[in-house]
Amino acid sequence: MTEFKPKSTYVVYIAAAPENVWTAITSPEFTKQYFFGRSVEIDLRAGGDFILRMPDGRVDVQGKVAECDPPRLLSVTWRVMWQEDMRKLPECLVTYRIDALEGAVRLTITESYSWDVPDAILAGGRMGWPLILSSLKSLLETGKPIVVKMEPPKEMLEAIKRL
Amino acid sequence: MSKPSFVYVIYIASTPEKVFAALTDARMSERYWFGNHVESDWKAGSPFALKRGEKKMCTGTVLESDPPRRLSYTFQSLKDEMPNENPTRVTFEIERQEDQVKLTVMHDGFVPGSKVFESISEGWPLMLSSFKSFLEGGRVLRALWYEEAIRREQEAQAQQ
Repeated sequence: MTEFKPKSTYVVYIAAAPENVWTAITSPEFTKQYFFGRSVEIDLRAGGDFILRMPDGRVDVQGKVAECDPPRLLSVTWRVMWQEDMRKLPECLVTYRIDALEGAVRLTITESYSWDVPDAILAGGRMGWPLILSSLKSLLETGKPIVVKMEPPKEMLEAIKRL
Repeated sequence: MSKPSFVYVIYIASTPEKVFAALTDARMSERYWFGNHVESDWKAGSPFALKRGEKKMCTGTVLESDPPRRLSYTFQSLKDEMPNENPTRVTFEIERQEDQVKLTVMHDGFVPGSKVFESISEGWPLMLSSFKSFLEGGRVLRALWYEEAIRREQEAQAQQ
């Protein structure tokens, strides 16, 4: 089995129940509100298929469920499909960890890689995850997601071409 | 070993003016910073403190105050369990994005292996999550485990 090493983590605290955070991560009605319009399609068992689909129907991210322990842990392999250069990269592993604390939930996203990933690729996550997590938090706490249009960083796309 | 630095980005449905005001207002800060409040006149060179009641938790000096875009101060933790490390630097950058705000917090100047760095790496995400909840008027976060830890620390001090 491929060995993945954690490279980036993102943390947000949410005033919600762990079950509600779990639902927000695994249900398309929720993800399309906070995840740049993407709908999640997921078979919630180890080995099950995982897809994030763009509003126009194209597959953005494709992978498999590595670990599924509701409402505490979801781990999926992750390959970006919509762009040719990115499709050729080794897949990474994205882990959603939900810790129930008194009065709040801590949601931790970890991106793990099996290869010596350049910082320019990690920069894509640094741009995207804070917005996704901010929007998810707003959606669960106030009912209103944060909506900001965002393009993938040019430096990242160029760095991938150079690989 | 390279010098660690901390960066955290959070998006808030608010305005730069409201974000800046909330960062610098004692009464508002007490609500989102789990009972701690900021104290300063926010002029460059003026003293800054983070206090819990009358007790100072952190002290520093205002480096830059450019409302509603940028705020920076030095930061020295006075928590008893923290080793006496050199002062570090906190910078807030506030950027309007359509009808929302991108808030970036940078904290740097740590010595390699800094204990304060470990502490603030856990502290900022919690404080900024609460800050966002406060400004968006949703359910405000309570960090009961943090309040409990503070209470225990104060009890331990009172017994000394």
